[in-house]
Amino acid sequence: MLRSIVPGEGVIATEREMRPYECDGLTAYRQLPMVVVLPDTTEQVSRVLKLCHREAVKVVPRGAGTSLSGGALPLSDGVLLGMAKFNRIREIDFPNRVAVVEPGVTNLAVTQAVEHAGFYYAPDPSSQIACTIGGNVAENSGGVHCLKYGTTTNNVLGCELVLIDGEVVRLGGKHLDSGGYDLLGIVTGSEGLLGVVTEITVRILQRPECARAVLVGFPSSESAGECVSRIISAGIIPAGMEMMDRPAIHAVEEFVHAGYPLDAEALLIIEADGPGAEVDYLVERIETIAKSCGAGTCRISQSEQERLLLWAGRKAAFPAVGRISPDYYCMDGTIPRARLPQVLARMREMSERHGLALANVFHAGDGNLHPLILYDANKPGELESAEAFGAEILKLCVEVGGVLTGEHGVGVEKRDLMPTMFSEADLAQQQRLKCAFDSKGLLNPGKVFPTLHRCAELGRLHVHAGQVPFPHLERF
Amino acid sequence: MNDVITPKDVKSVEQTVQWALAEGKTLEIVGSGSKQAIGRPTQTDVTLGLHALAGVTLYEPDELVLSARAGTPLAEIEALLAANAQQLAFEPMDCGPILGGAAGRGTIGGTLASNFSGPRRLKAGAARDHLLGFQAVSGRGEAFKSGGRVVKNVTGYDLSKLMVGSWGTLAVLTDVTLKTLPRPETEETVLLRGLDPGRAVAAMAAAMASPGDVSGAAHLPAKVTALMPGAELAGAGAAVTALRLEGFAASLPQRKSMLEVRLRSFGEVSTIGAVASRQLWQAVRDVIPFAANGNEVEPPLWRISIAPSCGAELARSIADEAGGQMMFDWAGGLVWLRLEPSADAGAALVRRLVAPLGGHATLVRSPTSVRAAVDVFPTQDAALFALTKRVKESFDPKGVLNPGRMWAGV
Repeated sequence: MLRSIVPGEGVIATEREMRPYECDGLTAYRQLPMVVVLPDTTEQVSRVLKLCHREAVKVVPRGAGTSLSGGALPLSDGVLLGMAKFNRIREIDFPNRVAVVEPGVTNLAVTQAVEHAGFYYAPDPSSQIACTIGGNVAENSGGVHCLKYGTTTNNVLGCELVLIDGEVVRLGGKHLDSGGYDLLGIVTGSEGLLGVVTEITVRILQRPECARAVLVGFPSSESAGECVSRIISAGIIPAGMEMMDRPAIHAVEEFVHAGYPLDAEALLIIEADGPGAEVDYLVERIETIAKSCGAGTCRISQSEQERLLLWAGRKAAFPAVGRISPDYYCMDGTIPRARLPQVLARMREMSERHGLALANVFHAGDGNLHPLILYDANKPGELESAEAFGAEILKLCVEVGGVLTGEHGVGVEKRDLMPTMFSEADLAQQQRLKCAFDSKGLLNPGKVFPTLHRCAELGRLHVHAGQVPFPHLERF
Repeated sequence: MNDVITPKDVKSVEQTVQWALAEGKTLEIVGSGSKQAIGRPTQTDVTLGLHALAGVTLYEPDELVLSARAGTPLAEIEALLAANAQQLAFEPMDCGPILGGAAGRGTIGGTLASNFSGPRRLKAGAARDHLLGFQAVSGRGEAFKSGGRVVKNVTGYDLSKLMVGSWGTLAVLTDVTLKTLPRPETEETVLLRGLDPGRAVAAMAAAMASPGDVSGAAHLPAKVTALMPGAELAGAGAAVTALRLEGFAASLPQRKSMLEVRLRSFGEVSTIGAVASRQLWQAVRDVIPFAANGNEVEPPLWRISIAPSCGAELARSIADEAGGQMMFDWAGGLVWLRLEPSADAGAALVRRLVAPLGGHATLVRSPTSVRAAVDVFPTQDAALFALTKRVKESFDPKGVLNPGRMWAGV
């Protein structure tokens, strides 16, 4: 049946050929799918979904498979719908400052297609060489520059969406905002549970004239945190503001030799971008503020080459940690920034208790933590300890007023932690929305929600006619 | 006139919706009522007024976050932010002037329910981009929440996006948490005069493509300019294309010259300073040239969102077929169209002309009888409308909340 819709090599059913699809970036979880389908037209996607809907077969959509939360983990009884063949840039429209692309186009390729005219696509997740725009939409991906430029949801204007019953709807376009419900806003970040995106219209921006980075070392995480607060209080929203703790600084410096201060307890990389006059003014103010917060080292990039060097360490943080530990587990909670010292102290205590080292990389401007838990999967029980440690960190994030995931998604990884943040009523309402798009629960089941409910059960309404008195409220 | 219930806490909102469900009644959801005249006229049994559910509950300027009860006056929030050199960057519109009501009456809940954002929308995003989290009561009479108080958050569906612009048809917002941002240190506006809409749209595109970081791009044809406040514009006697620069005083001169380079081929430029600039953009934001005139029959007013480059084309075809007056914001992407009164307020014509351009049009002002007869909100194709209905039912299965306000049967 599937072969009649997607001819030739577009259907893969042998174990050997399906092996590359068995996991995504969360490699601890692996599962071979029932079959892999690689459509290359919207019509094929529509027909595949319609068939699956009729036959009640589950579908897991997949972009480049770089999810860190298991969002694209296959199901043994499900179709894996790979969108890699949707790799064309359909239109670049400079007067309207948009690009219309297929979901399999990589994040970086969008920028590459428009940079000759001085434009770029702002969201820049670390995996931008590999990750696709379709996956970015599914996960609402962020990046180091989203403090100033927003995440995917703030940079997507429209999409073509295929629903599980094969219906094709267009949401948004080259214009701004929705004339009806903002379904584009819901689809963005829905982790492949609501539909399959086959075309995306993204906003492209004029590249700032210049950018400069300031590297600052601090004697404590408190003083670094204070510096971040004072910069924002001064009315400055930097293009990026990244923090690293001592273990991360050391791991990175050994690897990259970017000249990071090894005597610092915390390090900030603060980037200002815009017209030259503005950037010069801002880095000067940032330097003054940093010094008033007790900064030790303070280095301002004097060339584009130096700016890239200062960033090289931060960008290599994950592989650098990979060199000092056989395995690491990357977390992704967000906290209100002011709680940082408290959260770091609690994490240190957890680290000792679990006997696992920790390195912290942190989008300081928006409170998005990436603690890296160091472990060795070959030592019995260490993976389990790392997972338990990670879960404790995320619960702590929620406890201090933050959230479970800032940009990596819930997926299978954090699914069971959802009740720490949401009540049963909160989750039921989210799942009712899912039912509006996918009443049979066939799209990416097992992700995001800890328990699967049937739509009929969720939709039941208990009304007690005549038993609820008219509310005793002030009336006018 | 409906009975009005004015709950003071979330529990009472829940009870009210549960009562309505049990009794088979419908509720009209109202903040201050400043936008009550927008949308299809609804026939509801009881009005649920949220103005007593008011007050800022959390404001941490360093964290760029503010939480408030949904009925909090927008003016109160804006004053608090201004006192801390911050603002709501989406520049919420005050619908008072166009609807003939007093200015400054709106609530934060209503602001979000409409998603009407001002000139800075093209740079800073819409209301929908600034709601970080909320609590609400669904049409099932259940309190629920979504999002949080941090910007970086992908935990669960982003229901905040769905609430914004849903005109109270999905749930009753009770508490909202917003992203706040620093207020620019200063601003000035570069003006071009005498351009026709086609040239103006091209000039605005050139300005937006400059690294000067423009935060407002509007075009006012000559007749509209005459209706603007401030002698400098009103007396100009010519069309005005305005480009706003905001930010640190130290950066403005360079940014202005960057902008002027791009605008050179469009004619002489002049500049107005911060005070006149603020007045201009507030008037653009609130569509002052098309403010209600107090006559018995107000001319209908349309709000049309399209790809910016289509603004001029739309202007030409509307001028040819219907006349009327237009002003352009968002670099041409937001067209405000005032037509002469007619039986359908120009609905058939506007929808026919907008549809091929791929945007959407909302009839923001027209007599009740017209709003009852024509689609006020954009019409949708069958598949999208079916999905819209299912989304509505997932929050409000019995159609208790603002039934029919956006579309019949939703």
